[in-house]
Amino acid sequence: MNIGSFLLMRQEILLLAIILLLIICEIFISQNKKSSIIHLAIFLFGIHTIVGFFAIEESEIFGGMFRTNGLIHFFKNVLNIGVLIILLQSADWLQEKIVHENRGTEFFVLLFSSLLGMYFMISSGDFLMFYLGLELSMLPVAALAAYETTQRKSSEAGIKLILSSALASGVSLFGISMLYATTGSIYFNDIIEVITATNLSILGLILFFAGLGFKISLVPFHFWTADVYEGAPISIASYLSVISKGAAIFILMILLFTVLKPLMHIWENIIYVIAVATMFIGNLFALRQQNMKRFLAFSSIAQAGFILLGLIIGNQLGAATVVYFVLVYVFSNLAAFGVVQAISLRTGKEKMSDYEGLYRTNPNLSLVMMLALFSLAGIPPVAGFFGKFFLFTAAASEGYYILVFIAVVNVTISLYYYLLVVRAMFLRQSDTAIPFFKNNLYMRLGLIIAVLGILILGIYSPVYDYIYELSKNIL
Amino acid sequence: MNFSYTILIPLIPLAVFLLLGIFNKKIKPTVSGYIGVFGLLASTLLSFYTAYQYFFVIGKVDGVYQTFVEKTVWMHFTETLHIDMGILIDPISIMMLIVVSVVSLMVNIYSIGYMKGDDGCTRFFAFLGLFSFSMYGLVLATNLFQIYIFWELVGVSSYLLIGYYYTKPSAVAAAKKAFIVTRFADLGFLIGILIIGYYTGTFDFETLNNPEGSAILNWASTSFMGLSAITWALILIFIGGAGKSAMMPFHIWLPDAMEGPTPVSALIHAATMVVAGIFLVARLFPMYYFVEHGFALNIVAYVGAISSLFAAIIAITQTDIKRVLAYSTMSQLGYMMFALGVSGYDGQEGIGYMASMFHLFTHAMFKALLFLAAGSIIHAVHSNYLKDMGGLRKYMPITHITFLIAALAISGIPPFAGFWSKDEILVAAFEHNKLIYYIGVIVAGLTAFYMFRIYFGIFWGKDRKYEHTPKESPLSMTFPLMFLALISIVGGFIPFSEFITPDKAGFDAHLNYPLAAIAIGIGLTGILLAWMFYKKENNLAEKFANGFGIFYKWTCNKFYFDEFYLFVAKKIIFKRISAPIAWFDKKVVDGTMVGIGNKTVQTSEKIKGMQSGKVQDYAFAFVGGVVVLALVFIYLW
Repeated sequence: MNIGSFLLMRQEILLLAIILLLIICEIFISQNKKSSIIHLAIFLFGIHTIVGFFAIEESEIFGGMFRTNGLIHFFKNVLNIGVLIILLQSADWLQEKIVHENRGTEFFVLLFSSLLGMYFMISSGDFLMFYLGLELSMLPVAALAAYETTQRKSSEAGIKLILSSALASGVSLFGISMLYATTGSIYFNDIIEVITATNLSILGLILFFAGLGFKISLVPFHFWTADVYEGAPISIASYLSVISKGAAIFILMILLFTVLKPLMHIWENIIYVIAVATMFIGNLFALRQQNMKRFLAFSSIAQAGFILLGLIIGNQLGAATVVYFVLVYVFSNLAAFGVVQAISLRTGKEKMSDYEGLYRTNPNLSLVMMLALFSLAGIPPVAGFFGKFFLFTAAASEGYYILVFIAVVNVTISLYYYLLVVRAMFLRQSDTAIPFFKNNLYMRLGLIIAVLGILILGIYSPVYDYIYELSKNIL
Repeated sequence: MNFSYTILIPLIPLAVFLLLGIFNKKIKPTVSGYIGVFGLLASTLLSFYTAYQYFFVIGKVDGVYQTFVEKTVWMHFTETLHIDMGILIDPISIMMLIVVSVVSLMVNIYSIGYMKGDDGCTRFFAFLGLFSFSMYGLVLATNLFQIYIFWELVGVSSYLLIGYYYTKPSAVAAAKKAFIVTRFADLGFLIGILIIGYYTGTFDFETLNNPEGSAILNWASTSFMGLSAITWALILIFIGGAGKSAMMPFHIWLPDAMEGPTPVSALIHAATMVVAGIFLVARLFPMYYFVEHGFALNIVAYVGAISSLFAAIIAITQTDIKRVLAYSTMSQLGYMMFALGVSGYDGQEGIGYMASMFHLFTHAMFKALLFLAAGSIIHAVHSNYLKDMGGLRKYMPITHITFLIAALAISGIPPFAGFWSKDEILVAAFEHNKLIYYIGVIVAGLTAFYMFRIYFGIFWGKDRKYEHTPKESPLSMTFPLMFLALISIVGGFIPFSEFITPDKAGFDAHLNYPLAAIAIGIGLTGILLAWMFYKKENNLAEKFANGFGIFYKWTCNKFYFDEFYLFVAKKIIFKRISAPIAWFDKKVVDGTMVGIGNKTVQTSEKIKGMQSGKVQDYAFAFVGGVVVLALVFIYLW
């Protein structure tokens, strides 16, 4: 192994360098210039995101523990863009924390460490690396959920997250050990050769699936979601709902489509059941939510249910539609969270009724929110429509008509509650409407990137073509 | 020579929308109306030029109208299935271009007068532009996927326009109802598209509609619950069409949609958007006709006939003139639907199809006219209700005459446009299905009756106490009325059968004198009855109503359809499903935490945050889920 093969880990190494650099810089930055930490972190991560776009060759190192290919690399870029948007949207809030409450760089260090864990998780070539990545991606987020040390709700969210995730990863590890027991290996390439459907391997599959189902917030592993989203800082809620969820879906997809493919006749039924439960529970809970964060939490549970429609068919079309949907979902959900964050930061208001008459006072924010919600609801011509349409077409192509029908019914239910917010903003008037305010540059940039993503992804078809091409590699 | 320039027809209104939408605040309300009108004027002229080129210059080869398609592959969905974007020019898309252009243009001109003084009217004209763009895109679509996108976009713009008066809670509720009901029907459309895409491997209209193509010839190769899968797909697609075209049982949104500004009702809910469902069936007509010997087409015919009768009966009892017109629209849409349903394919057999398109055209003109005239009346008396109107012929001569022309046209009195198209529909029904023919005749009589009921109610009878004397509307409002009235008079003389037939070859249509005489007779009877009941105020109508007792009450309450829906939505979905679940979330999931927390708070404030008891519940659910999955998939599956 030569030095050059380390370049396969370019993304990981660069991110690690940024983390170390930030820790060192903190020592040298004087007390009254603390806000420069934020600029520095965003600047460095911006560069990291751009560098990520350079292509990487397909290979593996460390005896197959770490591997990368076009689709994995592409997905890391998707995560990067998502994190960049989150950073931009939280800059204003961090200003407050870091400058006024005298906090250090821990926000960035923890966030980037978690992202690093995700890199390793989706690049993993065996279950050991996978598990390490999974843990590294989760533990820092639990600390971040409790970042607002002065608020009890935030601490509560942190504790709930760490306890639930400890349980989930424990169960997952137990499942992995069972898979090891039946196959005698933890390497993905070896497992494919020998795995068969025995009682032990099915139990292993289910336990393993539950662990990832927790991160994707699939029913019945979803209970933590609403509480944690509500209590945690909004940046962390959006990180959990988009980045963490996206990475978990991606690795679940890769493992199901390759390593666990011989068990497909089992897991397709599991996914069927879970998909139906997740869509209904997510949607029906979302109907009655008044708090915007809880509302988005349940909406994101429902969205996860839709994604399972692409997972269930287990082929190239399924992979392409899932990745495309996640990409669209990243932009749509971050646009929605961004607006919630902007409003919460300026006014402390997080209820749906507080949004009444928003269009009159803050037309731009309302338009962003409307686009985001239309995209989540799947209304053409914004990207969310295509994402959903492709997922449904994928599921229909393997004859899952009843599942598609259930999904489409759920889309209609979801339309109802997404319209509730649109109605509050556009069609209601209120004397206590949130007064006009101006966002700072970072926040605006964060919202603009998200909106451009929503608009362009839907119309610019080469993106899908590209993903479809890349998806060939994983099978 | 090709038709690629027609792409401009939808793009111009889109540009208007973007211009008005982006520079919303910087454009004066008065200017925005003119921008909208000029944009649509350009589109209209282009549409007429396209029609001229197509019908008279290059469209016809060897006596058959050709289909011109300009498209690009937009996306390769899989190796075999790709999605295209483009424009499709054939007789019905040209006809729709003309209908959409003329009505949109007239409504835009009219709105300049109607919306005067409304400070939000830049937004209004922007939405109108968006709507025109979507509607043009819908009629020019080359494949099912493309038509679906524009189909939803039309729904969005309709939502925005119905809810335009957002200070009115009823308008907001109506907008939401319209959107959700049609979206619900679109479920069928979407799944139908997916089934067709899967079984035929294409979304393309040209390939699908080819009578010798595999999509049509191989329908029998698949079956699902006793019918061909393709038939199921066509039925599902028709459900989508029924939603937009307000067929039973999806009609409930249309009357409520009248809460929108009246020009919007004229444009969207009378002339253009609501005929999208008819257009969709016509677009896929060869499939409907050939697959499984027209099984799906029969459903179209009966749904159309029943809706037509049902709506005509309700229209008689409504007191809000816009609602009368709404039910009338639904009834006439049913007419067009069953005309398609009873149509054949070759030559003279295709008369139903031809008549349906003919009626779509004439109806768009005179119904838009009726709505615009109603708008003019409402503008003058500031009320929608018949009880506030009377004797207006003296004050509003132009509105009066144009309304009368439209009323005569819809009642099927020659030589007005409606007579010719309605007559062809009745001929088609007579030849293919006697039951539907009789329904059609009854509806014709009812139509004449309710239309002249409101005509006499509005323009004759006693004056009411008007706050200020009603006066004729300005020229910007009366010009569209006169223009549309002109078309309502002469439109019937267009030889549609030469231009628009299913096989695109054209045939000579002749008037069937006995049937025409019956139709005229029943129309005149209806008018006569209305005259007796409503010309002068008397209690004849009330006596009559008392005689019918319960039946009158039922129609008055629209057969309790809304109540039924509310019952299902509120009582079952909300109360039985959603509310308990929300209750569970709040009381059980949340409540456990709060309950335990409240007790703990007295002993230790600090522990509460950490030991909520809730996490245990979550863990229990988590492990329980795993155990159930394991049991099911290891032992039971």
